Amino acid sequence: MSEIKKKQSLHKRNDQLADAKRQLEILNNGIFANGELPKFADKISESGQLPLKPKKLEILQINVGYMCNQVCEHCHVDAGPDRKEIMTKETMQQCLDVIKNTGAHTLDLTGGAPEMNPNFRWFVEEASKAGIKDFIVRSNLTIIRANKKYYDLPDFFKKYNVHVVSSMPHWTRGKTDKQRGNGVFDASIKALQELNERGYGMPDSDLRLDLVYNPSGAFLPGDQTSMEKDFKKALLEDFGIHFHNLFAITNLPISRFLDYLIASDNYEDYMYALVEAYNPAAVENVMCTNTISVSWDGWLYDCDFNQMLGLKVASKIKHISEYNEDILNDRNIIISQHCYGCTAGAGSSCQGTVA
Amino acid sequence: MSKTYYDPSDLRKFGNITEWSEELGKKFFDYYGKVFEEGALTAREKALIALAVAHTEQCPYCIDAYTKDTLQRGVTKEEMMEAIHVGAAIKSGATLVHGVMMMNKVNKLEM
Repeated sequence: MSEIKKKQSLHKRNDQLADAKRQLEILNNGIFANGELPKFADKISESGQLPLKPKKLEILQINVGYMCNQVCEHCHVDAGPDRKEIMTKETMQQCLDVIKNTGAHTLDLTGGAPEMNPNFRWFVEEASKAGIKDFIVRSNLTIIRANKKYYDLPDFFKKYNVHVVSSMPHWTRGKTDKQRGNGVFDASIKALQELNERGYGMPDSDLRLDLVYNPSGAFLPGDQTSMEKDFKKALLEDFGIHFHNLFAITNLPISRFLDYLIASDNYEDYMYALVEAYNPAAVENVMCTNTISVSWDGWLYDCDFNQMLGLKVASKIKHISEYNEDILNDRNIIISQHCYGCTAGAGSSCQGTVA
Repeated sequence: MSKTYYDPSDLRKFGNITEWSEELGKKFFDYYGKVFEEGALTAREKALIALAVAHTEQCPYCIDAYTKDTLQRGVTKEEMMEAIHVGAAIKSGATLVHGVMMMNKVNKLEM
């Protein structure tokens, strides 16, 4: 695959895996159809957890668009500069109406690079007025250094006491750049230092800075606590960087990571690894049980992964414009084989391990 | 018998050894699990030792398992290769140190 092609999303390349239906076909057939591995529904029914039902809503996760300045190899959103799906101000207003009345304690803005939405700052300003306890922006770090119009983002985040959660696949340049693109490591280090200068991530600081670790390949994340210790030691010794917590997140076999697994002949081994690491205790707290995911065009999903697979919530309420938390909370969560990614080992969610 | 002595998918069946000797198999896996727990050595250090020994033992299953295991623990390629060199150095040193035995024998036999 040429370097230029690699830097385009699957959508831009018209790749068959850009189609969510094709991804679901792969996940529902092969080793899961011939009986080699149990389907996720069968697995959770063994422990009486089928149908999977929501618990109390805690997190409202809003995806404000798939545009991103990076084209990461593992991206489950298939995000990139060529993606044009961006949340409009009108949909943002509908989200704000919900944010004002939600019982959720956490608002989680994601993308793409959420900062690339032209109405991002307005949205943050307005949303911060709702007084939600934990207001997260998932920032890829490099956006802060991508263009001078973003240079003031650390100050902007500080002004609205935004909780910054950033991806950092490794404390070494080689592993980071291989997953996320050349130059990403250096730009991320610079951005982290700038956030530290504003007080973000410093010991005892209320300005929360957490990092997300995704494995850079076809293997599962290691123990979150040990990884956090290693990350903290290396980033402090090498660059004087502080951060609060590390969230170890498993790569789910969808979109670009699924494409990578198939192209590198790792798909079956990876699915075996996920199924072997299945942990019923992780199912108890899997993030779809306390989260609603909103897409750029206002549709509602059980999680960001179901959003990318086009699996809208199984409820008569399907869009932010008709949002009703009580009715939504009565739904059954839609599952498929990708869900094994959230139940492997200590489990995985946008907030790290769950078991 | 399959056409090759080693089959990568056999690694997944390792646990099946308990089927023909449940008591001993279980004792082995309990011991194995305990050994790799965090202790005076970190689980990461133990994984690197295991990777080096996997190579000196030239066990394909162990190399497969501990390459993956060390990657999962965030171990870098440089650390992995250094660990293997430690194993290789001990292995070659163990061969060469027997040269003293040869020298002793030669000195005893020659006039």
